[in-house]
Amino acid sequence: MRIHLTSIFVDDQAKALDFYTGVLGFVKKNDVPVGEQDRWLTVVSPDEPGGAELLLEPLGHPAARTYRDALVRDGIPLAQFAVDDVRAEYERLRGLGVHFTQEPVELGPVTTAVLDDTCGNLIQIVHHQEVGG
Amino acid sequence: MAEDVFKALVDPTRRRILDELVERDGQTLFEICGRLAMKHGLGLSRQAVSQHLAVLESADLVRTRRQGRYKYHDLNTEPLERIATRWLRPDAPEKSP
Repeated sequence: MRIHLTSIFVDDQAKALDFYTGVLGFVKKNDVPVGEQDRWLTVVSPDEPGGAELLLEPLGHPAARTYRDALVRDGIPLAQFAVDDVRAEYERLRGLGVHFTQEPVELGPVTTAVLDDTCGNLIQIVHHQEVGG
Repeated sequence: MAEDVFKALVDPTRRRILDELVERDGQTLFEICGRLAMKHGLGLSRQAVSQHLAVLESADLVRTRRQGRYKYHDLNTEPLERIATRWLRPDAPEKSP
């Protein structure tokens, strides 16, 4: 079994696509109309075009908003993305106006930071400390 | 109340939370939980950390603020200053270094 697709609920799919591609740097993989307004919209990492896809799913179900807002209030991220250097990525994204709810912090074997994806979710970025470096 | 401050400071986990807030003010519950777990091996449930924060808040050692959709925790050291000055003699001669 492999993880092929994972999803997050977004306020607005077009806005989400702009953020996830234009700001975070993912690339669009699938964009298929579903029903009247919704799209089957996925992005992938440019480093792994055949890798796991992230589905930017419309926030259709009323319970989704309650769930998501409760997590956001406590600062809990819904997804985690790997980067080479959290601090460098933090500086780059901050320069693009991205808001962080947690600035980079070293937590034992990892460094993490948490950002707002502007579509209603918190996203954690992480790198593992270099071993013996 | 001073009584609440003493009660709040009795617990080592709560003192650890204050240590972490000294390092950086304005943390979410998620960050506080992560620091306790990853830096100090304190794998407490989120509810347990919430309860510790509530005790610190009732002693006014921690203040929370809502900013947009997030809730942040800040350290407030005023109650500690009151304790520190409580038994200090104002007329005590200053120690020479």
